Amino acid sequence: MKGLKIIVLAKQVPDTRNVGKDAMKADGTVNRAALPAIFNPEDLNALELALRVKDTVPGSVITILTMGPGRAAEIIREGLYRGADSGVLLTDRAFAGSDTLATSYALAQAIKEMGHFDLIVAGRQAIDGDTAQVGPQVAEKLNLPQVTYVEEVLKVEKAAITVRRRLDNGVETVKSPMPMLLTVNSSAPDCRSRNVKMLMKYKHARTITEKQEATEDYTHLYDNRPFLYIREMTVADIKADAEQLGLTGSPTKVKKIDNVVLQAKDAKKLNTADEGINDLMKELIESHVIG
Amino acid sequence: MNNIFVYCEVEEGIVSEVSLELLTKGRSLASQLACQLEAVLIGSGLKGVEKQILPFGVDVLHIADDARLEPYTTLPHAAILNKLFAEEKPQIALMGATPIGRDLGPRVSSALHSGLTADCTSLEIGDHEDKKAGMVYKDLLYQIRPAFGGNIIATIINPDCRPQMATVREGVMKKEKINDSYPGTVKNLEVSKYVSDLDFAVQIIERHTEKKKINIKGASIVVSGGYGVGSKENFKLLYDLAAVLGAEVGASRAAVDAGYAEHDRQIGQTGITVRPKLYIACGISGQVQHRAGMEESAQIISINSDPEAPINSIADYVITGDIAEIIPKMIKYYKLNTK
Ligand SMILES: Cc1cc2nc3c(=O)[nH]c(=O)nc-3n(C[C@H](O)[C@H](O)[C@H](O)COP(=O)(O)OP(=O)(O)OC[C@H]3O[C@@H](n4cnc5c(N)ncnc54)[C@H](O)[C@@H]3O)c2cc1C
Ligand SMILES: Cc1cc2nc3c(=O)[nH]c(=O)nc-3n(C[C@H](O)[C@H](O)[C@H](O)COP(=O)(O)OP(=O)(O)OC[C@H]3O[C@@H](n4cnc5c(N)ncnc54)[C@H](O)[C@@H]3O)c2cc1C
Repeated sequence: MKGLKIIVLAKQVPDTRNVGKDAMKADGTVNRAALPAIFNPEDLNALELALRVKDTVPGSVITILTMGPGRAAEIIREGLYRGADSGVLLTDRAFAGSDTLATSYALAQAIKEMGHFDLIVAGRQAIDGDTAQVGPQVAEKLNLPQVTYVEEVLKVEKAAITVRRRLDNGVETVKSPMPMLLTVNSSAPDCRSRNVKMLMKYKHARTITEKQEATEDYTHLYDNRPFLYIREMTVADIKADAEQLGLTGSPTKVKKIDNVVLQAKDAKKLNTADEGINDLMKELIESHVIG
Repeated sequence: MNNIFVYCEVEEGIVSEVSLELLTKGRSLASQLACQLEAVLIGSGLKGVEKQILPFGVDVLHIADDARLEPYTTLPHAAILNKLFAEEKPQIALMGATPIGRDLGPRVSSALHSGLTADCTSLEIGDHEDKKAGMVYKDLLYQIRPAFGGNIIATIINPDCRPQMATVREGVMKKEKINDSYPGTVKNLEVSKYVSDLDFAVQIIERHTEKKKINIKGASIVVSGGYGVGSKENFKLLYDLAAVLGAEVGASRAAVDAGYAEHDRQIGQTGITVRPKLYIACGISGQVQHRAGMEESAQIISINSDPEAPINSIADYVITGDIAEIIPKMIKYYKLNTK
C-alpha cells in the first residue's frame, strides 16, 4: 500500500494540570506566568496514533500543523524529535482572539494550502480552552467525515480506516472512508519518547522568523539540509476571508472572566480524638444527614 | 420561530437524563423569554417516546424516526439539525456535553456559523452593552463555563449569530416535570428530505456497551477516596464505612490512576458530578478538577493528614489525621449511636 499523508493538529498550551501552590497567587487566582508552555497532552496521543499508522504503512509522512505565536515552533520540534517528518507554523496577529470557529476556519484554510492528505489527526481537547470543538469543526469546514474519541487504529485499507472509539459506557468499532479526521482520547497509548537520532537531526530546525532572530549563525547548514526549515504561514498564505478571522470572525465573545477563588468556610475542626468523632456522628444522626 | 430547541438523546427508547435536565432548563428560559420550547428527537423505533418528553413543558417535538439513525453517527444527525435549524431559526439550541453532544454540537455550529459554548455550568438571560459599537443587546444567553483546567469561570455571549448554542454536562441542571398531560404537539420529519445516502459513509461495525452498575449519582451519601488512601487494600475501609452508612464509594482521579478504584467511580471534571446530602472526602487534596464534581454537596467532611489541604476550605467538618485511624472510629461511633 502507498504511504499515507497525515496531518497532526497540535496546540501549545499552558500546563493547567496540577496547578500547585506556587502557581496560585496569594489571592487564590492562577498565576499564568508560572505555568510552563507544553505540547497539549492529547495531541501527543494523537501524534502517537499517527506514528503507529506510519509504522504499519511504511512511506507515510506526518506533518504537524499548529496555530499560535512564534514560540509554538517548540512543539513542532518536539514532534520532529519523536518521529514526525515536517511541521507548519500558522502564525499571524490577525488570528488573535479566535474562538473555536475562527480557529478551525484558519486551520482548514491552511490545510487546503498544504496539498493532498489522507488523514487528519487531532487531540480530543486542549487543556486551556477545554472545549473539544476544534476537531469536529475542522472536519466540517473541509467537508470530511469525523470520528471522535479514538483510542486505536485497527486497520488501514486503501481509502478506508477502521478505529476503536471510547464512549462513556463502552467502546465502538467504526469504519470510515478516507480522507477523514479523527480526534484522539487520552485513553489512547502515550506518545513514544524522543529519538536520539531525530534529536540530532532536527536540533537546528527553525522557522524563517526564528532564523532571522537567531544569534548563532547556522545558515551554512540550511543550504544542504532543507528539512531544517519549519514552514511558516501567515494570513497572506492561506487565502482567508478576513471577516472570518480572529475576534471579528468569532461569534462567541468572552464577556467576563472570574478566577476561582477558594473561600474558607467556618468549618468545625476535629482530630483523631474519640470524643470529637463521637459527637460528629451523633450530630449527623440527629440532623438526619445519616442514619 | 426563534424558539428554544433542545436536542434529546435517546437509546433503545429511553431518553437520556441530561436531555430531560436540559428540557427543564429550556422550559424556564422559554418562559422568561416568552417563547416556546421545542425538542428534537432523532433515532429509531420512537413510537410513544414523546410521553417521556412532552411533560417537561415541550410545546413542539420534532421527531426523525428511521432505522439508520440509531445508534448515533455524526453526519445524519448533523444534517437533520442543520436543515431544521435553518428552517426554524431557533434563538437558543442546547445539547448534552456527552460523547454525542460534543461530537455533534461543534459540527452543527460550524455549518451554521453560530457560536458554541462547551460544558456550561450555568445558563442565564441578560443584556450586553457593546460600548465601542454603541449597541445594546437585549436578552442574550449568558453561557457560564469553567475553562483553563477549571481555574477560571468565563461568561460567554454570542451577540450576533443564531442559534446561541451551548452544551451542558449531565447532573448540572435539575430535572423537573411540568405536568404529565402538557399539551405539546408532535411533528414527524420526513427523514429522506433531511439526509442523503452520503451521510451514512461512516459505519458502526461493532458496539459494546456496559450498563453502569455503580449508581453514585443517585446516592445521598458518598464516601470518596483519594491518593492519600494509599492502596487498594486501604480502600476497603471506605467500603466498610459506606456499607454501614448506606453510601456509595467515589474516588479522585489520582486514586483511579493508581488503580485503587474503578474508573466508573471517578468524581470531578472528567468524571461524575455529584451533589449528595453528605460527601466524605478521605485523603483527597481537593484540586479544582475534583471540586468541580462535588462542591455542591450539601455537607462535606474532609479527612486529611494535612491540616492545610485545599479541600478543607470548602468542608463543613475537617478531621485532621490518618484515615486508617479515623474511619474505624467513625464506624464504631455510628454503630454505638444508632443502637
Ligand atoms: C476562558 C475561555 C473560554 C473559552 N470558551 C470558548 C467557548 O465556549 N467556545 C468557543 O468557541 N471558544 C472558546 N474559547 C476560545 C478557545 O479556547 C480558542 O478558540 C482556542 O483557540 C481553541 O479552543 P480549545 O483550546 O478549546 O481547543 P479544543 O477544541 O479543545 O482542541 C481540540 C484539538 O484541536 C486541535 N487544535 C486546537 N487548537 C489548535 C491550534 N491553535 N493549532 C493546532 N491545532 C489546534 C488540537 O488537536 C486539539 O487537541 C474560550 C477561550 C477562553 C480563554
Ligand atoms: C483536565 C484534567 C481533568 C481532571 N479531572 C479530574 C477529575 O475528574 N477528578 C479528579 O479527582 N481529579 C481530576 N484531575 C486531577 C486533579 O488535578 C488532581 O490531580 C487529583 O484530583 C488529585 O487527587 P487526590 O486528591 O486524590 O491526590 P493528591 O493531590 O495526591 O492528594 C492526596 C491527599 O491525601 C492526603 N493524605 C495522604 N495520606 C493520608 C492519610 N494517611 N490519611 C489522610 N490523608 C492523607 C494528603 O495530605 C493529600 O491532601 C484532572 C486533571 C486534569 C488536568
